Amino acid sequence: MKELFGIMLAALLTDNFVLSKFMGICPFLGVSKKASSSLGMGVAVTFVMVCAAIVTYPIYYLILIPLNITYLRTIAFILIIALFVQLVEIALKKLMPPLYNTLGVYLPLITTNCAVLGLTILNIDNELSFIQSVVNALFSGLGFMAVLLIFSGVRSKVETADVPETFKGVPATLIAAAILSLSFLGFSGLGN
Amino acid sequence: MFNIYILPVIAFASMGLIAGVLLTAASKIFEVKTDERIEQINSVLPQANCGACGCAGCEDYAKGIVNKNLPTNLCKPGGNKTASAIASIMNTASSEVVSEIAVINCCGDCNATASKYDFVGIETCLAVKRFYSGNGLCSYGCIGYGDCAQVCSENAITLSDGIAHINRKLCIGCGQCATVCPNSLISMIPESAKTIVRCSSKDNGKTTKLNCKNGCIGCKICEKNCESQAITVTDFHASIDYSKCTNCGVCAEKCPVKVIEYPVK
Repeated sequence: MKELFGIMLAALLTDNFVLSKFMGICPFLGVSKKASSSLGMGVAVTFVMVCAAIVTYPIYYLILIPLNITYLRTIAFILIIALFVQLVEIALKKLMPPLYNTLGVYLPLITTNCAVLGLTILNIDNELSFIQSVVNALFSGLGFMAVLLIFSGVRSKVETADVPETFKGVPATLIAAAILSLSFLGFSGLGN
Repeated sequence: MFNIYILPVIAFASMGLIAGVLLTAASKIFEVKTDERIEQINSVLPQANCGACGCAGCEDYAKGIVNKNLPTNLCKPGGNKTASAIASIMNTASSEVVSEIAVINCCGDCNATASKYDFVGIETCLAVKRFYSGNGLCSYGCIGYGDCAQVCSENAITLSDGIAHINRKLCIGCGQCATVCPNSLISMIPESAKTIVRCSSKDNGKTTKLNCKNGCIGCKICEKNCESQAITVTDFHASIDYSKCTNCGVCAEKCPVKVIEYPVK
């Protein structure tokens, strides 16, 4: 139980995918303009992460290891991730067309979002159990969503701020992201 | 041989097959029926995404025509050509677009009026308007920080002498500027109209005159001289009903303060 709690804390704060491991930067900068779309992206990524973790675990230990083809795990995992991204896309198109439209190209891009692939590979590398993998996936996704939400708030402030001409747009956004990453560094050591 | 080369291929092929079957099932369950007319209409729309039709962009308007029976003649940038193309896709009678144009109902440039105070802060009309109804002596006039020019996708609005000017040749009639002006000075009028009242002040004649040399004093001379009763004075300024106006120009001729512009430049 204590170990699970540690995994939760690490996934959410100390080892946050976006701000500590620098994975998934593309949607982090791409869809964090509005809180509503970042929430949608967060939910989509969390869903894909959890599903991918649930499916990749048995695939790795029951198919790839017995067949001795673990060197193909990246391709296998991408296949699984692409499957779930496609499922999310089809479901969103039907159930939430406005969200589907706001996420746009970033939705299929979850497939190549390194946070999702990184999670599945790190789960294997860190030799987590099945339950631990799923918990790690869930909280990594939630951590991703939290950072996106926080950053959408920061961006709405940056957009109205009086920024020097040279820094307007992307530079100001990147500086804000750097400061946010610095502030998350303050969580390191938590839970030790 | 078998273990090294063929087994991985079989494993991956079967994984791919399962994934494919799952996706096919999902796409059947979550099937979205799209009307092919939406795509056709969207392709004839100008893709300016200006919002003049009242929808959130061209694609939304295309959906609106098919799903909500919106009129086919709402696209102003596209004009009659687009309207007839949409009508032929929808198999309905083509109707003409009433093309509109934005005009600014103020002529209080910095030669005619002055400021109440010096404004230091966020340089938008909306922000200035929050402080004592704006920094101009006339609280109804053009504030001149160009919120309208900011939203104009065609760069049709320029600022000079502290007042906005709309270039009629560039204006596509989307009406974005009319919605952002905090003093509601911009109105959408038929493109054929040639007479414009260049004042919206609701102050009485004396106050208007004190605040701005160019303002409408509400003397009603135009109202009395208009043969078609198109021009009326309400709230101390003249306004024209363009459905009645015949563009005769009598009002402009008789106006003692020359606040009615005819013919429009």
